Amino acid sequence: MRNKNINYAKYGYYFSIPFILAFLVFSLYPLIYTTVIGFTDLRGIGRTAFKFLDNPFQNYQAILNNPTFQKSLFNTFFIWIMNFAPQILLALLLTAWFTNRNFKVKGQGIFKVLIYMPNIITAATIAILFHTLFGYPKGPVNDMFMSLGIIDAPMNFHLQKWTTRGIVAFIQFWMWYGNTMIVLIAGVLGIDPTLFEAAEIDGASATQIFFRITLPRLKTILLYTLITSLVGGLNMFDISRLFLLGGPDNATLTTAHFIYNQAFSGSYLYNRASAASMILFAIIAMLSVAMFRLLRDKDDARQKKADRARKKAERAGRKEARA
Amino acid sequence: MKGSMKSSRNIVKIVIYVVCIVLSILSIFPFYIMFINATRGTFEIQQSSVALLPSSFLKSNFQILTGKSFNPFVGFVNSMLISSGATILAVYFSSLTAYGLVAYIWKWRQPFFTFIMAVLMIPAQVSSIGFYQFMYRIGMTNNHLALILPSIAAPAMVFFMRQYLVANLPLDIVNSARIDGAGEFYTFNRIILPIMKPAMATQAIFTFVAAWNNLFLPVILLTDKSKYTMPIMVSLLRGDIYKTEYGSVYLGLALTVLPLFIIYFMLSKYIIAGVALGALKE
Repeated sequence: MRNKNINYAKYGYYFSIPFILAFLVFSLYPLIYTTVIGFTDLRGIGRTAFKFLDNPFQNYQAILNNPTFQKSLFNTFFIWIMNFAPQILLALLLTAWFTNRNFKVKGQGIFKVLIYMPNIITAATIAILFHTLFGYPKGPVNDMFMSLGIIDAPMNFHLQKWTTRGIVAFIQFWMWYGNTMIVLIAGVLGIDPTLFEAAEIDGASATQIFFRITLPRLKTILLYTLITSLVGGLNMFDISRLFLLGGPDNATLTTAHFIYNQAFSGSYLYNRASAASMILFAIIAMLSVAMFRLLRDKDDARQKKADRARKKAERAGRKEARA
Repeated sequence: MKGSMKSSRNIVKIVIYVVCIVLSILSIFPFYIMFINATRGTFEIQQSSVALLPSSFLKSNFQILTGKSFNPFVGFVNSMLISSGATILAVYFSSLTAYGLVAYIWKWRQPFFTFIMAVLMIPAQVSSIGFYQFMYRIGMTNNHLALILPSIAAPAMVFFMRQYLVANLPLDIVNSARIDGAGEFYTFNRIILPIMKPAMATQAIFTFVAAWNNLFLPVILLTDKSKYTMPIMVSLLRGDIYKTEYGSVYLGLALTVLPLFIIYFMLSKYIIAGVALGALKE
């Protein structure tokens, strides 16, 4: 074979160069730069010059002791849990229904299309839409609640801390449960069907099959959903910023929004914002490690399979060439 | 006995359909109110903010909307430029990188792939301050390229494309192209890219939508009104100048949703399939 004489390895490097360059310039360098700024006195609009602080961790101490930052972390996790718990439960329920072979739910295609839809709409738009929907004293939700007799007088939802957190969690839930459902359904469809057939022959009920076969087999995908959702939740910015600008009394302020406010409003504390970014980065890095393990285990199996197939093909090719 | 089981199954089925229909309505209804109210006058909305039928104030709402700072055309064109540019670069270079990872055996191949998996989840938010300072220093704020060029390195897409190639790349074709004397780069552009079309299409849709919806980086970098993207335009609707112009606010929101609706309902089949694929395959 001719290709034995040519060294193709160099093309692996060539083809990766654009990615590596772009990554170094637009991701790694900014990340290092952010880290450095976290140890300096860089603040004030339009400033780029900085000095390192005598106490390098001054910004970190200031951020960790900042009650607004603590509150933003609490809000972020609280809103995430309030959205993720019902999200995963509803997605699992719908998955169980849609994949149950006894029910054969019709119109699944259209249900999926409609339930998934909010996920692709601009979050900024959705935040303002919900702000308007929950308007006071006149707004669609107030009007509907009044005509249904749930409330007697218009409620100013925007001033109630826990209600607004609940609404933000609901928006997240509403935007994401369709996505989670589709991912889970794909997971169930990937399970070896003979397992279900065998269980049915053995007389297992639908509930038993779901809890004993489906759920355990979905473990990886559930973990994947959990991690991606958590990272996404930690970065939530648009809804926090545009639904109520983080209010009332910072009740809907998320960590990403806090970072933005530190750096791009008030006294433009780039250094404090960088320190807060690094804390956020540390949390995300820990989650990424979990994700990495998850993907690597899956990928190893796949790679081995592919390598085996390739070796087989090569052996067959050689045989052909000889013949 | 058998009859009662059947009837209980029917009850469950009715519950399933009712729940699904309620959830579908829940997905549509906010947008329905939005589209209807976009055609209603502000005083009508103040009288009753939910209506089932459109009214006739679309034109006057539009005049009020565009008479102030909201310019849907500028936002649309800018978002289109950024999203298309970012999508083309991300899809092309991710495919190229993925091909480099799958088709060639080189010393740093495995470490490089491990590295890509390690940085898969790092969001742009955590390095945004450094990114802003960097762009500010080289005079690239208010330059769309600052939002387009970073897409050349899209680790998540490289990962996806690699998985696709591992499963679908016919090495025989590559070998026969070599025997015919085709260069490696030519082989990639003319033979491999067409094979990757299905994967590229799904990834293109999601990258485009994500770039279109992105608010964080554009809002940091773009301060010049003529450079605003659609989500920044939308955020203007939250400002005081539109406070009492309900009809116009709804119309502004509707204008930003409309292009996404059109794309979504045209491509929903592929998008749903893409979401399913995007998760861990298997």
